[in-house]
Amino acid sequence: MDNPTTQAMTLNESRQSKAHYLPAAPHLFGNKNGVNHPFWVIVQKEISDHVRSWRFIILIAIIALTCIGSMYTALTNIGHAMKASDVQNTFFFLKLFTVSDGTMPSFFVFISFLGPLLGISLGFDAINSEHNRGTLSRVLAQPIHRDYLINAKFTGALIVISIMFFALGFLVMGLGLVTIGIPPTVEEFWRIVFFILLSILYVAFWLNLSILFSVRFRQPATAALAGIAIWLFLTVFYPLIVNLIMKGLTPTQMDMNTAHQMFNLEELRLTLMRILPNQLFSDATTTILMPSIRSLGPLTMEQVYGTIPGPLPLGQSLLLVWPQVTGLIAATITCFVLSYVSFMKREIRSR
Amino acid sequence: MSDRIIELVNLTKRYGSFTAVNQLNLTIRKGEIFGLLGPNGAGKSTTILMMLGLTDPTSGLVNVCGINSTTHPVEVKRRVGYLPEDVGFYDNRTGFENLMYTARLNSIPDKEAEQKAEQLLIKVGLADALKKKAGKYSRGMRQRLGLADVLIKNPEVIILDEPTSGIDPKGVKEFLELIVEMSRDEDLTVLFASHNLHQVQQVCDRVGIFVNGNLLGEGTIDTLSQELFKNHPYIIEAGFSKNASDIPDGKEMNYTVDWLQGILKPIDGIKAITLNNKVFQIESSRDTTSEIARFIVQSGATLNYLNKKEYGLDDIYYQYFEGGDNHG
Repeated sequence: MDNPTTQAMTLNESRQSKAHYLPAAPHLFGNKNGVNHPFWVIVQKEISDHVRSWRFIILIAIIALTCIGSMYTALTNIGHAMKASDVQNTFFFLKLFTVSDGTMPSFFVFISFLGPLLGISLGFDAINSEHNRGTLSRVLAQPIHRDYLINAKFTGALIVISIMFFALGFLVMGLGLVTIGIPPTVEEFWRIVFFILLSILYVAFWLNLSILFSVRFRQPATAALAGIAIWLFLTVFYPLIVNLIMKGLTPTQMDMNTAHQMFNLEELRLTLMRILPNQLFSDATTTILMPSIRSLGPLTMEQVYGTIPGPLPLGQSLLLVWPQVTGLIAATITCFVLSYVSFMKREIRSR
Repeated sequence: MSDRIIELVNLTKRYGSFTAVNQLNLTIRKGEIFGLLGPNGAGKSTTILMMLGLTDPTSGLVNVCGINSTTHPVEVKRRVGYLPEDVGFYDNRTGFENLMYTARLNSIPDKEAEQKAEQLLIKVGLADALKKKAGKYSRGMRQRLGLADVLIKNPEVIILDEPTSGIDPKGVKEFLELIVEMSRDEDLTVLFASHNLHQVQQVCDRVGIFVNGNLLGEGTIDTLSQELFKNHPYIIEAGFSKNASDIPDGKEMNYTVDWLQGILKPIDGIKAITLNNKVFQIESSRDTTSEIARFIVQSGATLNYLNKKEYGLDDIYYQYFEGGDNHG
């Protein structure tokens, strides 16, 4: 068969098959004749966009470098840590994530520091750059629901973050396994998995916050700045303000009557601090990675009296951080709902 | 399905106290190229957004392909291709990849989509730029890629919003030819929104004139001009040579309104004569061009220029837009 005939035939076929496209798209979790649901088409594109972008490569380089740095300090100091106390030796492997000699922060501190940066940078131009490029109205003119786009933006970035964190976490574990030669116990393994999940949740919060800004602000630069401003405020200025308030409230003269008052003040300080997502995250991760932590608030002598010092089982640690996790999830959902509503109500015009 | 592929009934859109589209009634039949003509900010884009279900009307009804766009936007968008004004593509992807993305969003199987994308890119003249990043495309190329992007989903209707803005004249000509060709080949209904009347005149079967949210006139260009100017007098313009050597008897002629009125007195139907920038404008209730020519030549004056004014789209346009307040 020669070429013109084939072309004529295919043209003819496509004309006849006009009705063939019209049936609805495959089910969300289905795959009909190799055709994906439009939602997953957008997710796929988002992921490949992230992975190909310079921004992501730079971020991964930063995080990989800090990861190697903290691994190095952890491995050089792990010998001292082992001798220092006997109780915690049972959770020797977790030390890889928490030990530091003071010159370099440990792995989980790094994550709590770099997580917001990661979340903000993956989300700050999610919607506004599409709008500025003129692709938003074109994509929304395709037969998709409007929320697919914003949901897919979130899902895509979340999948990228999850793969990255799991890869990093397991790499650290593997490297630790090779260097120190002690395998993690099942409980340690699950604690690390929970730690990674928590980190993903924490980054998801920042991701949603920056997606919210990307819906609100037309310029990506404004959205990025707003995200970074919030991050700085929460990590630097808010704790300063809380300290100032606490200083004002603390009585200058100490006597027996104020002991109870001091206890209440400490509770107040913790409540104020726990509005912060980073505080929630660091409370939760510390508890998960250091099984010897039994409470996240002040304890009275009566409460401590009679307890046998020892690590908490995983279930108890999880119960302890349940409020923190709930708080983080709530903050994430709040941001998502706000950006969702404001995106759905927006009128989409070209550029 | 009925012949009426786009049907707007009493469509109104208000933003606060501002009315963008006011009680719009419009029917577009299958297979025609309809031009929506109006100045910037007339409400053309808003109307299109409502047709696609991208924004909700304040009141009224939009039916496209017999489906209500407000309640079933996805079904409508499956059948309608929309080329927004100043369309954008993903700059880091090639033109081909951009088309494939659209095809996948329309749930077209990859193999079929690849074939179709290649065919379309050849058709719109982007065969060489197939593997070029869309970021390197020129404005005209982007617009043509946009047309391919609209057609890849095999639409029944295509809506083009100012598709020619920012393209050079040659590109515009090619683009318009492409639209006509495509609509004929694929039996498409085309809605062409533009402020450029000449382009609309070139391609459109029917025109709707849209100003300040109101549809002022609708029909073919002929019927529009007849309707609009039926009570207007004929205007005949005459110009005379001032050059002395052109005058046969060497006598200096004094071309004044009074003089011309004297000459043309025998013709009945002449209403008024005005001198406007060395050209006489003769208003007449009937077509008196040939009589005017005869009398002037008989008088011995050198007639340099005589023109019966035709009402083109230009005049329709200005009549509506400039005097929009009087007519609207």
